[in-house]
Amino acid sequence: MTPARQRALGVATLLALGAFAVLALLISPKDSRHGDAVRLLYVHAPTAWTAYLAYVVAAIASAMWLWPRTRRPSWDHLAGAAAEFGVLSTGLTLFLGSVWAKESWGTWWQWEARLTTTAVLFFVYLGYLALRRLGGPGAERRNAIAALLAVVQVPIVHFSVTWWRSIHQEGSVFNQRGEVEINDATMQWALWSGVIAFTLLFLWCCLLRMRTLELESSAAETALDAAIRERVGTVNA
Amino acid sequence: MTLVEEAVLVAAKDLRIEAHARVVMTQVLPFGVVVLLLFAFALDPDRGVLPVVAPGLFWVAVLLSSLLAVSRSFAIEADHGARDGLRLSGLDGAAIFLGKAAAIAVQLLVLEVVLLIGVFVLYDVDPRGLAVLVVAGVLATTAIAALGVTYGVLAAGMRVRETLVPLLVLPITMPVLLGATRAFEFALADDLGPAWRWTSLIAMITTVTITLGVLSFESLLEEA
Repeated sequence: MTPARQRALGVATLLALGAFAVLALLISPKDSRHGDAVRLLYVHAPTAWTAYLAYVVAAIASAMWLWPRTRRPSWDHLAGAAAEFGVLSTGLTLFLGSVWAKESWGTWWQWEARLTTTAVLFFVYLGYLALRRLGGPGAERRNAIAALLAVVQVPIVHFSVTWWRSIHQEGSVFNQRGEVEINDATMQWALWSGVIAFTLLFLWCCLLRMRTLELESSAAETALDAAIRERVGTVNA
Repeated sequence: MTLVEEAVLVAAKDLRIEAHARVVMTQVLPFGVVVLLLFAFALDPDRGVLPVVAPGLFWVAVLLSSLLAVSRSFAIEADHGARDGLRLSGLDGAAIFLGKAAAIAVQLLVLEVVLLIGVFVLYDVDPRGLAVLVVAGVLATTAIAALGVTYGVLAAGMRVRETLVPLLVLPITMPVLLGATRAFEFALADDLGPAWRWTSLIAMITTVTITLGVLSFESLLEEA
């Protein structure tokens, strides 16, 4: 992507975030039961969406790297950038979800299937990022396989947790208490503008992070070249 | 040589090394028992909680011990270029994976027998539903060993192996822990229907984990 287009994406992201803030904080009404706290959901739902989107993007980018015909360093950079945003998003989702749970169910945490799956994923991808940080020769292949292994586990984790919860409690907490019905048009607008704004933010951050990862790896190569030149220079002298 | 013969060869190699060095039996096994004792100290045997939570504690002790077993399984190949030897041996990557996982599973099963006796004796649990305990135990152990080997080779040869493997393996073994604990809970309560249902979940997870390992191990070993 050209710098001009990237800048345009940045401007669009900021405008979308601005519109989202106005819609979510000022224009949309309070909820009849939860008051202003309902505004948490306008961020909570979009961060959850971008978290899962980021993991899917990381998996696709990893598959593209592994496929010999499409192998390019930028796929590895994209996987790394997406996973970093994914972990940040997951962290935010858990934090905001927790605050929301305290407000609506009176407790910080519920062992509910979606929540538990998200928490497990947070640690799975934290491990993936720790692995990425190590670098070294062959790191791209290792990272790509690790990302694919992680994404395959997502349905298993979700399925097992859902089964576990369905046996232990009647239905989901989301249906028993605290369910919010977002029927109001402006509330729906606030939610959807959040989804759009956060998706744009994800794309923008990914592009910026890919660029820094690219620069980091070229800086490392330059340093290596310089070290070799210096070594060769001493040998020749 | 067929895949199975190659896998048996690798498993026999790892088990022979263990038979000589006895690291798992003299260090990992006592470690597992110590974990069981620690749970008893932490939860106070007089409160009557231990028999209720025994299946969960048992599997947490197994998981923690499995980390040491996995670490050991890759440490034996760290010196004298043994990993290069394995790579150059011409053995199928899938066979190496299956062999290493089988060797770890066998060692863990021995450990589990001792820990289970420990649970019956120390936690005052009556042995019931033995068929489920055996089937669910073997399946869950196989899954743990397979995951351990897949993630173990990811971190093999790295200086931070000991600290990285737990972070990679523990979250991903959550479904196995969940399934195995429930299966054991229902089996010990003589409620065999749900116990077998949870065992079938473990069987599914075991199949997936073995498939993932078979598919990915060779590429990962190349980079290790």
